[in-house]
Amino acid sequence: MTRFWTRLVVVLTVILGLNYVAWRWAASLNWEAWWIAVPLVVAETYSLIDVMLFGMTVWKLKVRKAAPVPPADATVDVFITTYNEDLDMVMTTALAAQRIRHPHSTWILDDGARPELKALAAKHGLGYVTRSDDWTSNVPRHAKAGNLNNALMVTQGEFLLILDADQIPEPDILEKTLGYFNNRRVALVQTPQYFSNVPADDPLGSQAPLFYGPIQQGKDGWNAAFFCGSNAILRREALMQLGLVGYVKETEKSIRRALTASCSAIRQARKSADVGTPLVSEVLDEVEAATLEAQAQLTAGEPLSEITYRVRRRVDAAVQTLVQADMSTLQADLEEIAAMELAHVGEAGVPVVADDAVRRMAARDWSPLGALESVQAVLDALNVERNDEAQPVMPLATISVTEDMATAMRMHAMGWESVYHHEILAYGLAPEDIATMLTQRLRWAQGTIQVLLRENPLVQKGLKIGQRLMYFATMWTYLSGYAAVIYFAAPIIYLLLGILPVTSLSWDFFIRFIPFMVVNQLLFAVAGRGIPTWRGQQYSLALFPTWIKACSTAAKNVWFGRPLGFAVTPKARQTGGPSWSLIQPQIIVSVLLAAAAVVGIVRLATGLAEPLGTLVNVAWVIFDLVVMSILVRAVLYKGYQPAGDVDDGERKADGV
Amino acid sequence: MEFSYEVKDSYAEVKADGRLNMVSAPKLREFVTDVIAGGSSRIVVNLENTAFMDSSGLGALIGCLKAARQAGGDLRIAAVQPQVKMVLELTSMDRVLNAYASADEAFGND
Repeated sequence: MTRFWTRLVVVLTVILGLNYVAWRWAASLNWEAWWIAVPLVVAETYSLIDVMLFGMTVWKLKVRKAAPVPPADATVDVFITTYNEDLDMVMTTALAAQRIRHPHSTWILDDGARPELKALAAKHGLGYVTRSDDWTSNVPRHAKAGNLNNALMVTQGEFLLILDADQIPEPDILEKTLGYFNNRRVALVQTPQYFSNVPADDPLGSQAPLFYGPIQQGKDGWNAAFFCGSNAILRREALMQLGLVGYVKETEKSIRRALTASCSAIRQARKSADVGTPLVSEVLDEVEAATLEAQAQLTAGEPLSEITYRVRRRVDAAVQTLVQADMSTLQADLEEIAAMELAHVGEAGVPVVADDAVRRMAARDWSPLGALESVQAVLDALNVERNDEAQPVMPLATISVTEDMATAMRMHAMGWESVYHHEILAYGLAPEDIATMLTQRLRWAQGTIQVLLRENPLVQKGLKIGQRLMYFATMWTYLSGYAAVIYFAAPIIYLLLGILPVTSLSWDFFIRFIPFMVVNQLLFAVAGRGIPTWRGQQYSLALFPTWIKACSTAAKNVWFGRPLGFAVTPKARQTGGPSWSLIQPQIIVSVLLAAAAVVGIVRLATGLAEPLGTLVNVAWVIFDLVVMSILVRAVLYKGYQPAGDVDDGERKADGV
Repeated sequence: MEFSYEVKDSYAEVKADGRLNMVSAPKLREFVTDVIAGGSSRIVVNLENTAFMDSSGLGALIGCLKAARQAGGDLRIAAVQPQVKMVLELTSMDRVLNAYASADEAFGND
């Protein structure tokens, strides 16, 4: 029955929304003020698409019954990922994980490689994993994804329960979730992330009841439940498969690139002045021939390992032969010298260039190619070992700082299924200060935009249309920062200058706008079934600088290779005092809004402005200020103080 | 799972009999690493008695390939069974590794 009402409201929202926005485009634009009229209608169109995607999400809202009984012999590794979190916190989680009832092995994945933690793990009989020697300083570490990928190589469980260091699991978490894997296509079961150190009014907007509720349940209905990095169970086979497919794809790409680069490197080398000697030029001829042969073989679809092996062998053999020839000349010279008795020689009479020397001269650093670094570098890149990574197979995606989303999307594209199990089975710790919270939100947004720009879900092969839109919907919401700026600008412009982006605030406007707004709010109420969504709505608007920064930094990162640089946010709680500077853009906007309201009222009083326009825009300003007011509480928030237990409040998550 | 090896003229043949899955995969990697350390870097993994392989098994093969290459040699596979062939295709690993009909043929032309 709820489903019927939800769908009814979705249909109404779409109809009334299209009715309003179509009219806005077709008949209401004030072209004289196009510079605000067009941005505003674009922002409104953005919002309509956003709500339509939400409607589509909840259209298929899936309320699951309990999972079937899991096979008793299913093997499970429980991974607790940590980097620098408090040891007490890690151990509390690890010991709770140890107490999980279904048979399993518990592992602490310590990216901080702390000897104290190693000792604690040993003392309690817990597994302890740090990065292997392959993770040298020459390869990227890939943060949490790297930590998990490393651990996957040294463990053997059929399933993996992944827990952040602060997520204390219930003993029955596996019993309640493993059964879903009886369906052999299921690769992921995600459970909610819930935080136990958050007061009822949730000043930092830490709980995400709309996401870990209707949104995930809706995505589940489209077989697109997201992997959210913690409190999730994954099938190893699916992860390894992703790793293999990724390995093949990356290897083929890098070989193609290296072969192309080889041709131009040879051309460049021929032009350079150092290539006067016939020896080097002959080597270059041979490298070129090997490259062309490899390209032909690649086109013919021959296996990559053999193509690269042959190139290597052919170039090595050529170098060997040529160096040998060079040495023979040298040998002849020496013999000549000996014959002239100018050189001091041993009993045997003739000085000999040892075979060993030839081999050494032919080895990379001594070879004539050594002088042609660019050609050498290209040849080095022609391999199937993926030497630019610590391990050839990287099961968790490393294209984004939110490896979870990218990984799940690839799984879905491979045809695997996912489950969202709507029951809190682990209790975590949310950030307790605005600085950490902002860093965390920025990181999530950056990671999401990275995935959008690197592997746009709308064009991923293998994904169904519903799945594409479910991924796209989440990415779309992170573009809201730009719309927010326009929503703030429009009333300020009207109240200060009297310029209205619509032709008139007439009956035509209200008859279309108000029903849409009402049904829009109704949709959240019906789909949310009484869960508090106001805090989330506030933050999605109020954190507009964070969303904008995330989009711009992620774009620079993906397109120009710049670092994301999310470590710059200061830790407010540590420096003491409320950190107003963190919300400077919002303070400026709020002051502008308030000032505009005052000016608007003065203009009304002096007859410079219309009553209706002023009323609508002042109401709009008040709404914006109420939304933004949450930030004041966030900045002043002093951390969680549970009734009668102050000590507990000091434990806090490191955030990201 | 049972591993064995035999040094032939121009290569070492490694046999992996049984099920090459997430449990036995690390053992294969260890076994082949030891063979390479013993001086044979041209390896043929004969899969005629490997009834089943999963993605972890394939992952181990890539690990072995990397080790062989780093030692200046190569790794090839031979005599794959239908299930293994399917896994190779599913993961597109057949794009990297050629499956030879027999161990003898694997290094036939090199």
